[in-house]
Amino acid sequence: MASTLGLVLSFLIFPGLLFTAVIGLVTQWIDRKVSALVQWRVGPPWYQPFADILKLMGKEIIIPAGARRAGFLFAPMAGLAAVGVVSTMLWLTNMHGTGFVGDLIGVIYLLTIPSLGIILGASASSNPLASIGASREMKLVLAYELPFVIAIFTAVTKVSPMTLRLDGILDYQAANGVLLGNASCILAFIVCILVVQAKLTFPPFDIPEAETELMEGTHIEYSGAALAVIKLQQAMMLFTLPIFLITVFWGGLVLSGWGILYTIVKYVIIIVIIVLIKNTTPRVRIDQAVRFFWGPVTVIAVVGMILAILGF
Amino acid sequence: MDPTKWGFKKSLWLFHLNAGACNNCDIEVLDCLCPKHDVERFGMKLVGSLKHADVLLVSGSVPRKVVPDLIEAYEQVPQPAVVIAIGACACTGGIFKDGYNFAGPVDKHVPVAAYVPGCPPRPEAIIGAVVKLLGTL
Ligand code: SF4
Repeated sequence: MASTLGLVLSFLIFPGLLFTAVIGLVTQWIDRKVSALVQWRVGPPWYQPFADILKLMGKEIIIPAGARRAGFLFAPMAGLAAVGVVSTMLWLTNMHGTGFVGDLIGVIYLLTIPSLGIILGASASSNPLASIGASREMKLVLAYELPFVIAIFTAVTKVSPMTLRLDGILDYQAANGVLLGNASCILAFIVCILVVQAKLTFPPFDIPEAETELMEGTHIEYSGAALAVIKLQQAMMLFTLPIFLITVFWGGLVLSGWGILYTIVKYVIIIVIIVLIKNTTPRVRIDQAVRFFWGPVTVIAVVGMILAILGF
Repeated sequence: MDPTKWGFKKSLWLFHLNAGACNNCDIEVLDCLCPKHDVERFGMKLVGSLKHADVLLVSGSVPRKVVPDLIEAYEQVPQPAVVIAIGACACTGGIFKDGYNFAGPVDKHVPVAAYVPGCPPRPEAIIGAVVKLLGTL
């Protein structure tokens, strides 16, 4: 009973929903601040994302005429819950080494659910621009999942004995040095950074919510608390995806002594890479994005995989 | 203070509606977002969808054709929301007040919270108007 309560608490408070949301919002501020600095602006104060969420909580929720009410409102919740579960799993694995066979596959599945939630919600909103956004998001998911899975399984191949457990990968890295020290995993890591960019729908892959042509696309019809849920989910993804990459490729989170500092440095490096890519690239078309992911990116991922099988 | 109200004051999302303006006022609105003035310092940003907006920046003299669209746009913004009339046209009609197609000004059709005169108003004037408006909320 006590352990059930502990699990529920760890999902709801630390390191699940609440903790992830707070750190995610702080990360979103880093993103906005760095973007502002790149553009020679001052940028918003540190509490800006929190103020946004609070404000949205106090606004009216408009449900468009002709929309499927339940689907429209609950689709974002599914995404939020999925990210919360992923974050809880990653942190518990990193802190206590609690894993189970195949949790890596579970994480890969759960990381797709926010995109599916967005697609469902957009399709339920009966707005033509939202449905264009949803179809683009769908194509984007199809495009990036293949290289993503190949890249993650490069890490799995590299670990000996091969394992699908996150804590197995962490143990191997603790004993033999981080995976990022191998040529194959460097290639896989580059692929993953590009995929993370698409998963977050940041430029150059912000095609589903293209501001200028689709007016925020997939979430054009959301307002008030429902929009707050979407914003929270995006913030939590921004926090969870780098943690996932650190866990798989970069030795995991070390939460004692100097390790804390090292962990934060790793996290910030990944975030800054993501934000710099976001600020220096223009948006591509959806066909270019699909060709990019199925062409060069998949080739890089496969080369990484072959190198890993050859033992590099 | 009510947290949602605090959030509202600290994070105004702007939607920019051209109701028959000559485009000059709109350029001044965009000036506010540029590095020199950078209203993101105060948490303001332009959003693409009416459903996300807190502030409707209306510029232009509101010709007859635009009236239904202006009213519909106002009704689509989730409450609480405010409307700011930008420019002499939006405030009074300006040089177009005797035009054959003039159906404005803006406050004849939707409630306006702040008026920014000028043809076009300077970005400083627009920011000043928003700051004064925040003081009254
Ligand atoms: S107020 Fe002047 S600048 Fe603004 S829309 Fe009217 S005519 Fe143009």
